Amino acid sequence: MAGLTTALILLPLAGALFVSVARQNSARAVALGFNVLTAILAITLWRNFDTTAGGLQMVERHVWIPAIGAEYLVGVDGLSLLLVLLTSLIFPFAFLAQRMTRGACALMLVMQAALYGTFTAQNFVLWFLFYEMSLIPAFLLIKIWGGEKRDRAATKFFVYTFLGSVAMLLSFLGIFFAKGTFDFAALADLGKHGLLTGNVAWFAFAGIFLGLAVKVPLFPFHTWLPDAYETAPTGVSMVLTGVLSKMGVYGFVRLLLPLFPNEIRIVAPWLLALAVCSIVFASLAAWAQSDLKRMVAYLSINHLGYCMLGLFAITATTVRPAQEMQAALSGVFMQIFNHGITAAALFYYVGLLEQRRGLRGLGDFGGLMQRTPLLCGWMSVAMFSSLGLPGLNGFIGEFLIFKGSFAVAASFTAVAVIGLLVTAIVFLRAMQALFSGPLAESASTFPDLQWNEKWIVVPVTMLMFAVGIAPQFVFNIFNTTVVQMTRLFALTTLG
Amino acid sequence: MSSWIVTYLWLIPAVPLAASLVILMLANSRRTASAALAIFGQVVALTMAVAAFLPTLQTPGYRAFHNFTWFTFGEQTLRIGWVIDPLAAAMLVMITLVGLCIFVFSIGYMAKDKNFTRFFAYLSFFSAAMLGVVIANSLLLLFVCWELVGLASYLLIGFWIHKPSAAAAAKKAFITTRIGDIGFFLGILWLYGRSGTLLFYDHGNGCLENAGLLLVGASATFIALLIFCGAAGKSGQFPLHVWLPDAMEGPTPVSALIHAATMVAAGVFLVARVYPLFSLGAIDGVTPSLTVVVWIGVVTALMAALIALAQADIKRILAYSTVSQLGLMMVSLGVGGVAAGIMHLLAHGFFKALLFLGSGSVIHGCHEEQDIRNMGGLRRLMPVTFLTYAIGMMTLSGVPLFFSGAWTKEEILHATAHWPKSSVPYYLMLAGVVLTALYMTRQMIYVFFGDKRAASEHAHESPRVMTMPLIVLAVCAIVFSIALTPAWPWLHGYLSGEPAHFEIGQLIQPMLFLSLALVAGGIGLGVLFYRKAGATDPLAQAQPAIFRFLENKMWLDEFYARTVLAFAHFAARFSDVMDRYFWDSLVRALAGVGQLFGILSSHFDERGINSGVDGATTGARGLGRFIAARHSGQIQTYLRAAGVGALALLILYAWLA
Repeated sequence: MAGLTTALILLPLAGALFVSVARQNSARAVALGFNVLTAILAITLWRNFDTTAGGLQMVERHVWIPAIGAEYLVGVDGLSLLLVLLTSLIFPFAFLAQRMTRGACALMLVMQAALYGTFTAQNFVLWFLFYEMSLIPAFLLIKIWGGEKRDRAATKFFVYTFLGSVAMLLSFLGIFFAKGTFDFAALADLGKHGLLTGNVAWFAFAGIFLGLAVKVPLFPFHTWLPDAYETAPTGVSMVLTGVLSKMGVYGFVRLLLPLFPNEIRIVAPWLLALAVCSIVFASLAAWAQSDLKRMVAYLSINHLGYCMLGLFAITATTVRPAQEMQAALSGVFMQIFNHGITAAALFYYVGLLEQRRGLRGLGDFGGLMQRTPLLCGWMSVAMFSSLGLPGLNGFIGEFLIFKGSFAVAASFTAVAVIGLLVTAIVFLRAMQALFSGPLAESASTFPDLQWNEKWIVVPVTMLMFAVGIAPQFVFNIFNTTVVQMTRLFALTTLG
Repeated sequence: MSSWIVTYLWLIPAVPLAASLVILMLANSRRTASAALAIFGQVVALTMAVAAFLPTLQTPGYRAFHNFTWFTFGEQTLRIGWVIDPLAAAMLVMITLVGLCIFVFSIGYMAKDKNFTRFFAYLSFFSAAMLGVVIANSLLLLFVCWELVGLASYLLIGFWIHKPSAAAAAKKAFITTRIGDIGFFLGILWLYGRSGTLLFYDHGNGCLENAGLLLVGASATFIALLIFCGAAGKSGQFPLHVWLPDAMEGPTPVSALIHAATMVAAGVFLVARVYPLFSLGAIDGVTPSLTVVVWIGVVTALMAALIALAQADIKRILAYSTVSQLGLMMVSLGVGGVAAGIMHLLAHGFFKALLFLGSGSVIHGCHEEQDIRNMGGLRRLMPVTFLTYAIGMMTLSGVPLFFSGAWTKEEILHATAHWPKSSVPYYLMLAGVVLTALYMTRQMIYVFFGDKRAASEHAHESPRVMTMPLIVLAVCAIVFSIALTPAWPWLHGYLSGEPAHFEIGQLIQPMLFLSLALVAGGIGLGVLFYRKAGATDPLAQAQPAIFRFLENKMWLDEFYARTVLAFAHFAARFSDVMDRYFWDSLVRALAGVGQLFGILSSHFDERGINSGVDGATTGARGLGRFIAARHSGQIQTYLRAAGVGALALLILYAWLA
């Protein structure tokens, strides 16, 4: 099925064009229509993907700018497919979440195309192009359609991520001048024996690390995130946390770990410490928030911290038992998927509350269980999923990450589990404030879940249960890729 | 060899779970249907539990399991499964039977509640989760169900969610137990990393079997202690017991379920289930981990019994009695009396459910009054409740011969007496026996004897639907002792895999007289003390300081609030402030440096480059003007210039040559 990936990238762009000429009140419908099409394409991609074969599949390769080694090279492996599917899932969810103007819809679609591109591009120049292409719509969406303080938040978001990008670009230019290629696979191959040596290697490593750490974000490069997520409109927040934050994690897996095995191993204790800080401090900070959206934003940092913990743990030691690496890496991939769904759902629910009340402080509600039991019930499922209750999706990934990281970095893991406790406290506190006690007067006219909201909530929740109870269908997507990557990472230590 | 029931064991939790889900989907008005469904689910589970119980009777030490792959990650498989052995089978029967009684009782107790259907959904879910814990053949599956038990208790303790105190208690229960669960979780990770499997039994390769234990090796102590953290949280052991008394905020049937059949039993069950990890490398039956279990149990048992002495709320007294009894069970497990501990757990399941439902009946009859100082004289008004409650009280106190609790307590004392490490636990446990008899007598006198007080003026006996379960449980509490006596220690043999023989001569043991004396002492002391008790407690009159100390639960809640909680709150605030001000200003400072650079470079532009360019253009213009002036058009001037130029060239040429 050649051309499928390209079609997937181009379709949302075409959608953006259509949306911008559509009528104002039908823009969202058009955008959703295009999302149905991309979803069909993504599912076709999944159907045609051979889960037993390793390596890239459905590769498309065209000459682009030979002088700088830039090629149009897209292809899909298990990780790419997982993220493509996640993108195709979160975007319609976000479009359904709230009304959007024509401009916002068009920008969202551009962002969607950029994300598909980021997750499938296999050449740095192309990848970087898409990577930046997602940044600008996100900036504009926050800047134009955000809440109060949007200017500051948007600028902060842009400056942060842009500086990170510049650092990354410089690093890659350095790599290109030294090695003469931008091809991910070729670079990973070279990386087995150390891509660069000496100070150049460290500069290149630092640049790429900075760019990705800002994107994830990893403590202490995270301060743009609460502001951005807080001000962004609900749908944009959902996409930011659900998909955009995964670009950073994806970059770590695709670029940093294969290219700089030695550098990572040397600074691994520091990286692990940063990951643990992300987990613990972000969850603690979430506890101190009184704004629901900000609270969920902090927990997003916390959950991505688990991903980082897993990734750094498997590269931390020279002795890398394959089963632990596979556990951690599978856990990270699982967490990528689960966090995408759950965090997006949480932002969606906060959006529902905000729509009804006009405010979203923890203290602005109370006793909702009496008035809107369905809303409370379904929202609780998402919260319990996020705090890692077994039986729901969140637990699977976290368990595997912790299993893998405990075996190689026991002390860091032992500190990181504090995050599990604090997350529980944060959510239970929120539930207590929102759902229990006497009914707040301001909430006495709240409508419960409407039928159109139920249509969104039920499938998403069912997905949480499905992944939590029978997760095999998700594992199947990336199992072969995990095995292959662990071989690669295990080899890099020998070199 | 394995019976058909092994393959279908999962149905035992699945049926109540399905019932729960169906009830959740029913409308709020379908009361009869929801109660019927929940009870039907429980009856099915009970029937299947009995069916699973039967094959375990055939051979001593019977064990059958069924394992399967949950999921494959990378090249590895994560397997889970279920197991039936005497431990699981006995628990299954107890839980489903006690659960059924509580379900039936709830029909009467919750009759007027608005959310009647939801209550039955939660009850079924609770029972399902607990049954899952019992049949799990994998520590991971056990943990999954374990957390679901926690969730169910959260939902049920906070069932009256409009009450802020109920919501707070639910939160406290969930978080306190989760503190323990964090340790448990680490223990699981450690065990998994060591043994490579979380299956208990797997044809010799499970983590509780020889091959697995060999791999675990010396880390068993730490793993066992971490797992014990989880058990301590769920089973209300010191210092994590603080949630249990608060859990009384839930409706009384919930308290009965938590304190008898589910939840708190889970911790004791867990220790018994993974006992090989605790006893690995034992010398004379003593390991470091088991020693910790003993001492935690001793402290818990005594502390709770003392606190129970100074409580005024009928349910709180029972709650502390549960904490105390759980401590006793832990002591038993710690000193090596696994069978004794589980026997007491089973017996306790019956009589504690009886007591809690009895207290529910009292509360119901007294129009939601819970303070024992406002009751009194209820024995005439509520005869059935009184009689059954008295049976429960005597079973709990350990009145010898006729009551199940006495026999099991006796066996625990036996085991404790033979602990080689120290005899202090034994003597402290004897003191615990006296205290138990004492606080139960106090409660009986306040509630059922003496003059009628405010709340008992208009008290009435509860309806049949509530008294029938009481009678059933009371009968169980007595009849159960048949299988417990030293004359025919059937249950002991069943649990430890040895056949039991009937020997009437064994019935009377020397220990019996000792406990008779202790219990009689406790009850006698109680009668003496509280016979004429009025509104103020006799202990409060005699020793006001001690009484206040105990009444306030030794100020442990306050202590936690000032230390652990205060620190956690501080850490949260600190993280937030750091984020808002420190990290953010650091970044803004960096941005400021950038901005400064921008300002400087714009100045440089203005003054340096720009003025330079300006200067250059002025200069160029001047030069142009100068050159233009030379272009006068006069031939003489040009020739003169050409001559000067030629001369200069000539000189230059000569000089260079």
